[in-house]
Amino acid sequence: MMVLLKNLGKSFGFPRLIILAFLGLLILMMFVLHIPVPLTLSQCLVRIGINLVLALAMVPGIMAGTGMNFALPLGIECGLLAGMISLQYNMKGIGGIFAAMAISIPFSILAGWAYSQLVNRVKGSEMMVSTYIGFSMVALMCIGWLVLPFSNASIVWPIGDGLRTTITLEEWYDRALNQLFAFRIFGVDIPVGLILVIGGFCLIVWLFMRSHLGLMMKAAGANPNFARSNGVKVDSMRTIATILSTVLGGIGIIIYAQGFGFYQLYNAPLMMAFPAIAAVLIGGATPSRISIFHVILGTIMFQSMLAIATPVANSLIPEGNLSEVVRTIVSNGIILYALSRMQGGKRS
Amino acid sequence: MDTLLHFKNIKKSFSGNVVLDGVDFKIQPGQIVALAGENGAGKSTLMNILFGMNVIAETGGYEGEIIFEGKSVKVQSPLDAMELGIGMVHQEFMLLPGFTVARNIKLNRENLIPSLISRITPKSYQMLDNPQIIKEAAGALGRLGMEINPEVTVDKLPVGHMQFVEIAREIDKSNLKLLVLDEPTAVLTESEAERFLKCIRKVADAGIAVIFISHRLDEVIQLADSVVILRDGQMVFDEKTENTDKHQIAELMVGRKLEAESLMNVNRSFEEDIILEIKHLRVNMPGERSRDVSLKVRRGEILGIGGLAGHGKTSISNGIFGMYPARGSVHYKGRPLSFGKIGEALNQGMAFVSEDRKGVGLLLNESIALNMVYTDMKVNRRFLKKYGFFSQFDKKSAREVVEQMIQELDIRCTGPDQIVGRLSGGNQQKVCMARALITKPELLFVSEPTRGIDIGAKQLLLNYLVKINKEQGITIVVTSSELNELRTICDRIAIIGSGVVQGILAPDAPNVDFALLMSGEKGGNT
Ligand SMILES: Nc1ncnc2c1ncn2[C@@H]1O[C@H](COP(=O)(O)OP(=O)(O)OP(=O)(O)O)[C@@H](O)[C@H]1O
Ligand SMILES: [Mg+2]
Repeated sequence: MMVLLKNLGKSFGFPRLIILAFLGLLILMMFVLHIPVPLTLSQCLVRIGINLVLALAMVPGIMAGTGMNFALPLGIECGLLAGMISLQYNMKGIGGIFAAMAISIPFSILAGWAYSQLVNRVKGSEMMVSTYIGFSMVALMCIGWLVLPFSNASIVWPIGDGLRTTITLEEWYDRALNQLFAFRIFGVDIPVGLILVIGGFCLIVWLFMRSHLGLMMKAAGANPNFARSNGVKVDSMRTIATILSTVLGGIGIIIYAQGFGFYQLYNAPLMMAFPAIAAVLIGGATPSRISIFHVILGTIMFQSMLAIATPVANSLIPEGNLSEVVRTIVSNGIILYALSRMQGGKRS
Repeated sequence: MDTLLHFKNIKKSFSGNVVLDGVDFKIQPGQIVALAGENGAGKSTLMNILFGMNVIAETGGYEGEIIFEGKSVKVQSPLDAMELGIGMVHQEFMLLPGFTVARNIKLNRENLIPSLISRITPKSYQMLDNPQIIKEAAGALGRLGMEINPEVTVDKLPVGHMQFVEIAREIDKSNLKLLVLDEPTAVLTESEAERFLKCIRKVADAGIAVIFISHRLDEVIQLADSVVILRDGQMVFDEKTENTDKHQIAELMVGRKLEAESLMNVNRSFEEDIILEIKHLRVNMPGERSRDVSLKVRRGEILGIGGLAGHGKTSISNGIFGMYPARGSVHYKGRPLSFGKIGEALNQGMAFVSEDRKGVGLLLNESIALNMVYTDMKVNRRFLKKYGFFSQFDKKSAREVVEQMIQELDIRCTGPDQIVGRLSGGNQQKVCMARALITKPELLFVSEPTRGIDIGAKQLLLNYLVKINKEQGITIVVTSSELNELRTICDRIAIIGSGVVQGILAPDAPNVDFALLMSGEKGGNT
């Protein structure tokens, strides 16, 4: 029995087992505390859906050997900027969402390219540098949101300069994707449109991983010398990966915002890389190896845990915002654990 | 004499695949035991068990008993093994590239001097006694008869010298009782190997037992007191060396008779159709610098490049393929080749097998199939299904070619999807070779093609090279530390010394001529 457990732990990963056990406990509590199951399940689905593309943004970087993209806020800011433009010009509904995504892409490419120039100069300590880049970008854009010439009365402060901190999307595309083709079964809302869109992105990334370019990128990450001896330009691969990751970050935040119902500016993107990274790590990815399966499994486990933890914690300790504390502890704990398992400098 | 080590009925399997089955032999102090066997016979696995390597525990441990100095021991980690007095030089290098030679030799056993803080704190705060470290490291290297500067970092050394550094690290340990050497001579030229064997003899004479793995049977006969042979994980032979000979060992290893080696390509004549012309090539490859190499390769021939380690022979192909900065001029089929550009030589129809299989030759975490077809996929865009802008890796079409290669090169594996990192060293080497062969190049560069490959497979591989040369007209440039191998298959052999071509000889030229050129009598200040 012990051996079985040990082997299971080995093949499935110890942290994943813990999370799974915790998740099981939460589900049990959900029944004990009479928390409405269909409602919670609906929330799980939405959370998984709106966070998945952000987690997907980790894939290219890991493939190309730049590790976890802690600079995800960079892409997020690009997405937010595109989102603001879409609101400024009153783009509404599903069309508005896709327009925002399309607008974000050139910004992301530009920002991703600029950032990649830095990434290629700091080989070996990409993750540390990217954390700071992410943070600095958020700080910079805090100024940006104040000075950029947005004028739509619904998104700027009524008095003074700049954009509002939180912008409700009711007027434009609040939950447009979630509600597209949505239906209800046993009281659970199935956000079909959202699932289709994120499924599409997963498919694209999966196909990309098996393409000529994807395989070149993989070699550049797995063994740069092997890649070079096969005529793969390692730095270009890292550049492309960084750009792709940034683009996915930009698109990811738009999907996130529409499902959430708000755009949050200023300091909100600061920590947004962490849940994405925690999710893929729980899914079984390492800073040097990742698959779409890791991304999907990890996001499902991590986000359902959070979605269920919130009502459970609230009904256990009604006062205070415990769920937020749990979320922070768990996601940072996971990241710390996974990073500490990397063998000094070498990516296992 | 008391038995130092007794392997008692050792069994090991990797997820159902039995690789060691009832291995049982003994070693006395001061004895040298050669462990021979085909690629994948289980030699490295047995040594990994003895040394407590992680892979063993991770894959479910082993059965049987190891008795060391009369006590049954369970070696859980390399640290345990070292405490018992077991030292090991692995098949793949285990050195810290950024550290100096001296620090590598004294790793974890650094000489310390008390520092200001350490007088009141634990020992870990003492300071390194660098002069002493360098002195002792130089001493250990000296005992091996090597003049290597202990203060250079290891990544600047030629591979041949790294091997000596590893041995120096082991013999410098004062409690050493048993030294395990897994193919230590694979990276050495004959003359270096010669010196190396003398060192090992000295080590054994000091009462240290040695387990020695090698595919070079001459060395086995020359050095070992007794020979143990594994075949498919079973022990088929355990005898004193004087009761056996090279041929018997070879036959027991492979289970069939081997043809005698002969010079295959003496006196073939070629037109002066120059496919590649190298002029004044200077390659800045750390540890293997070439200074001024000029060479002509004729279409259709097999050209050998030989020479001692550190003299620049391997830098030539590395320079042409853009792996290291190079200057000079290279003309391929009459047109200048911009060799500084990554991938340019490949795009022009050449292919390259690096001498460094782990570092350059393989994607260790990927399947055999992907490794084998990678170059062809990248350069010639084969094994891809194309959909307009997009392409997809076509596993099915790759599989066919890969399975054929596995068969032709006799690669011992569970199938095309096996992860390359889990193959035995020799079989990994075959995968590297297959990758270049699949591209069907016009001009093929191979460096150390048979490094770590057993004699049976070596013959197979060399025959294969000659076959594709004759049947498909592929011109081949072989770089090798093994002169015999070069003489077997080459039409001409260029000897590189001190970074220049010392001379070009026919394969049937007398040994002394080769020896003279290698020793660089010619000086070479061109
Ligand atoms: N980590 C592993 N997982 C699965 N199989 C393995 C692993 N390591 C080795 N093997 C298998 O065990 C067998 C023995 O391998 P081993 O490395 O001991 O061979 P070897 O005798 O050292 O060969 P070589 O002369 O090529 O170095 C091989 O068939 C190999 O595929
Ligand atoms: Mg081996």
